[in-house]
Amino acid sequence: MTQNIVGHNLVEIDNLSFGYKGRLLHQGINMVFPRGKVVAIMGGSGSGKTTLLRLIGGQIRPAKGEVRVDGHVVHQQSREGIYQLRRKMGMLFQHGALFTDLSVYENVAFPMREHTDFPETIIHDLVLLKLHAVGLRGAHKLKPAELSGGMARRVALARAIALDPDIVMYDEPFAGLDPISMGVICDLIRTLNDALGTTSIIVSHDVKETFSIADYVYFVANGTVAAEGTPDDLNKSTLPFVHQFVHGEKDGPVPFHYVAGDYKQALLGLEA
Amino acid sequence: MIVNSRLHLFCTIGHRFTQRIWRLGAGARLFWLTIISSGESFRRFHLTIREVYFTGVMSLIIIVVSAFFVGMVLALQGYNTLQRYGSSEAIGVLVALALVRELGPVVTALLFAGRAGTAITAEIGLMKATEQLSAMEMMAVSPISRVIAPRFWAGVIAMPILNVLFCMVGILGGYLVAVPLIGVDAGAFWSQMQANVDWRLDILNGVIKSAVFGVACTMIALFEGYDAPPTAEGVSSATTRTVVTSSLAVLGLDFALTSFMISI
Repeated sequence: MTQNIVGHNLVEIDNLSFGYKGRLLHQGINMVFPRGKVVAIMGGSGSGKTTLLRLIGGQIRPAKGEVRVDGHVVHQQSREGIYQLRRKMGMLFQHGALFTDLSVYENVAFPMREHTDFPETIIHDLVLLKLHAVGLRGAHKLKPAELSGGMARRVALARAIALDPDIVMYDEPFAGLDPISMGVICDLIRTLNDALGTTSIIVSHDVKETFSIADYVYFVANGTVAAEGTPDDLNKSTLPFVHQFVHGEKDGPVPFHYVAGDYKQALLGLEA
Repeated sequence: MIVNSRLHLFCTIGHRFTQRIWRLGAGARLFWLTIISSGESFRRFHLTIREVYFTGVMSLIIIVVSAFFVGMVLALQGYNTLQRYGSSEAIGVLVALALVRELGPVVTALLFAGRAGTAITAEIGLMKATEQLSAMEMMAVSPISRVIAPRFWAGVIAMPILNVLFCMVGILGGYLVAVPLIGVDAGAFWSQMQANVDWRLDILNGVIKSAVFGVACTMIALFEGYDAPPTAEGVSSATTRTVVTSSLAVLGLDFALTSFMISI
């Protein structure tokens, strides 16, 4: 990526390897996330996209390599150090992860109450401002159980940007949404990114929506970065994996079938 | 073949044993982290008060109703035995001592484990399954300070209060059966109780027992929820384990505490 200049990248992943129970999920991954850009990490289910977000957030430690956030190596930080870094981050979870015992208003106010000494009047104004930005000011009294999937995602987005973070991470922000909600979320991510000057990291496998808002895209497959580039570059890519993924082809380098023994043998009950 | 199956059995037993040890260690670690992260629970005491309401106040109905029936049954059974020896006036002492020394702390703890303990486990387990705890972590808020510690101290505060209420209501139930129903003299009922129930040996020891049960039951419920696999099956198994482990812990601790209290 051309923007790889010292101090310009807010997040850098350098030669990162990570695995669960002896199985390597990532091997030697390199990525950079420049300030103010929307960068997407794409790949099939189980390719370790969400794990990359957890590595950036310091929830898990890499086996090799490092993740740097604002120049700080995440896994070398103390617990307090990681918490300091996380105060610069906001994260939108796949299903919102709203606190079900709190109202929409209290959910958005939560980070403010925990990390600031703002008086109640300022918190009130800020919460309404954030909710207004995602179009849900009128829903501030509702409980998460009363919200649709798209609304919950927007409230979670308001909560993620409550303290104006430098980085906002989105874990599958479009999954399971109807086309209208998807368009709204898509538009919000780009608009908020540009308005607040944040750096956005989107993990998704929704090609059309992600390509419409991303400045740069990484494709992760088989534990490595299989391809990278701008959405335009990747649309034109002739790499078999990228072509299969972007055009949603059933078969290709990523097989339709999970690894299995001989079908005939299995039907005859002879499979070991 | 036989060697293989024996080896398999040996491995299974070993695996289960190491898992139990691992869980014990993880539970002890969570307990330690809870204690050192408790500052928030006292600085923002409203968080703890809120949980006292959910664990304590919401358990009141089951505690009060159970205590009433336990007290009535105690009076009926006690009267049948005592009248054979011509000491039916001692019914008040029997009801009171049985309640404040043993039945109060133990039955309150068992009911607490069934009502509040399961609710705590299910709540924490679901918070984990729905990524609410991860979200909190990512907001640089420690779930142990914010979620676990207030619930822990709420349980520790609520249990002795519930125990005292259980004993009071139980004695009232015993009185209603012994005095108006059976016809034992009310003066004898209360005066014998007053003369023979010791503040330190009986009442205080009972309250200490219930505080210990409060620590055990609440910690088990919190650990099971926090350690639950984030699936429907995982939360359901964790809830069951809360009741089983808490009940066994209460009965085991009761024996240990009673032995200790009698010996001093």
